[in-house]
Amino acid sequence: MSSSPATSRGWDKPADLEKDPATIPDPATTPVPEGLRKEIEAHMALYPDTRSAALPALAAAQRVHGWCSPEAIEQAACVMGVTPAELDAVVTFYDMLETEPVGTTSVYVCTNISCSLRGADALYAAMREAAGEDAAFNVRAFECLGACDIAPMASVDGVYVGPLEIEDVPRLLEDVRAGREVLPDKQLVRRACADTGARTDASAAGDASLGGDVGMGAGA
Amino acid sequence: MTERLLFDRIDEPGLATLPVYERRGGYGSLRKALAMTPEEVLKELEASNLRGRGGAGFQMGKKVSFLPHGSIEKYLVCNADESEPGTFKDRELMQKNPHMLLEGLIVASFAAGATRSFIYIRGEYAQQADVLDTALREAREAGYVGEDILGSGHSLSLVLHRGAGAYICGEETGLLDSLEGKRGNPRLKPPFPANQGLYQGPTLINNVETLSTVPSIIRLGGDEYAKLGTEQSTGTKLVSISGHVRRPGNYEIELGIPSREIIYGLAGGPDEGREVKCWFPGGSSSPVLTAADLDVPYDFESMAKAGSMLGSGAIIVVDDSTPILDVALKTAKFYRHESCGKCTPCREGTNWTVHMLERIDRGEATPMDLEIMASVQEHIIGHCLCVLGDAMAMPIGSMIAKFRDEFEAHIESRRLEAQAPAGAAA
Repeated sequence: MSSSPATSRGWDKPADLEKDPATIPDPATTPVPEGLRKEIEAHMALYPDTRSAALPALAAAQRVHGWCSPEAIEQAACVMGVTPAELDAVVTFYDMLETEPVGTTSVYVCTNISCSLRGADALYAAMREAAGEDAAFNVRAFECLGACDIAPMASVDGVYVGPLEIEDVPRLLEDVRAGREVLPDKQLVRRACADTGARTDASAAGDASLGGDVGMGAGA
Repeated sequence: MTERLLFDRIDEPGLATLPVYERRGGYGSLRKALAMTPEEVLKELEASNLRGRGGAGFQMGKKVSFLPHGSIEKYLVCNADESEPGTFKDRELMQKNPHMLLEGLIVASFAAGATRSFIYIRGEYAQQADVLDTALREAREAGYVGEDILGSGHSLSLVLHRGAGAYICGEETGLLDSLEGKRGNPRLKPPFPANQGLYQGPTLINNVETLSTVPSIIRLGGDEYAKLGTEQSTGTKLVSISGHVRRPGNYEIELGIPSREIIYGLAGGPDEGREVKCWFPGGSSSPVLTAADLDVPYDFESMAKAGSMLGSGAIIVVDDSTPILDVALKTAKFYRHESCGKCTPCREGTNWTVHMLERIDRGEATPMDLEIMASVQEHIIGHCLCVLGDAMAMPIGSMIAKFRDEFEAHIESRRLEAQAPAGAAA
């Protein structure tokens, strides 16, 4: 979605029709890291039709290679016994599979309706600017991540944080750079349910003033 | 006060673990169900009149009864690809009470005679998938999942499948293609999944909240459950509320309460001095309602009567500080991005709607463009394999119909701004 022909460094370009289509990679001549092979084979064993393992296989290959590079796809195709083209078709359909090299830590900023009503577009711009060209980050605007209760929010390698202020941006990036837990005080999993009537503590029931803003809840 | 079935003591420490869930009576409904016949369990589900919580609102019991009988291999797929903008209820359920989902899923598989099951969870929900992974391991070790569950003779395999980011995979046939390792393109229906679904086999597909409700139905009995809510919208429902409200979050309500009670009572309404301009009652795919509709009861039939839909139960509130054009543009851009491209009316219709809305913003539009845009929406609805295109056309169409004056004023003011020579005051 973000790639344009002028800036594309990946492979998602029109096919070269002069070339013969690639065949199923030969296991004898395609080196596959042992860990990756085992992981893909374990996924294939879970389904009646091994092709169902395409998404977990590509996700695993992306974790090893950093993106779904031609090499990553060839390795996954080799283990699965399919042509690389079959997996190319899958990769280009899904937002979380990358068709060009990206920064190591993905920061998805939700810019869908609920988050944008609460300032997500400015947050995304600030995140892009602060991350700059740092290869440590893959900052992307993302469609609804399913956390409108903490809008505006972001997902840092799968860890949901919010509601975010512009001032949180440098702290978030610094936490990633230092290899620390990202914004522990803003993590979604530590948040109590907004529905006060559902709380364990009976005294909280009906106390609307607590609202959804209690911060560190029972999950902490 | 609303009885909490899904959110009962939801923040109790350790609820996501098997010992705490069992201490609270967890898997008691499974034991009760396994002591009955599958037909008796199905009768309870039908008596409950539970309607699917994913968006379409189809009776769950009826869906189960559509599956063919006999020894043919059947599949059960849990749709955990919660992606409808504004919806985040399944996320909290899976995060905090994963065993309730597993228990409901196992009971449903017993009623349907399904022996293989899958949970398709959106890739972005990595933290919730990890919680489910752990819960699944516990359930397997305790003998709730696997061969001959608790000596009942019923066997079930369960695989957690992580998606990779595509809204369309929440559409049931798109989900099936994705689960088969392909692009998530929706299929032509019929045949419906109940006859030809996953791997061409009979398949039951249910949403997370729907399955999570099943243990309560078995515990209470279908008739008792049906006493909650309204006649055609039984039970309790999780509502995700977001946007311009003071206390966004998930709330469990009894279906049929006035919408105002949710938006103002539970969520606190918009900030001081602001008014509700419009609201999506059931995710961004539902036609918008206005402040005049705040007293409509929140249930399937009342929302349909008001010209909208309950959908996934996600209320997005927009206050009077936001131009309607911004809301329309955000909505249309989302569906353009997520259209899989298989059907022309959706692929082209979402794209041209975005272009035309942008033209308004650039000051190049005329009021006639509103007619064209409205007619584009009409040509999308009902003309595609799935309802993704409709999901843009319905809210956009409703915005043009309800906020026509504002659109026209916007067109005019932008046009004047664009025509004004640089530097001159318009």
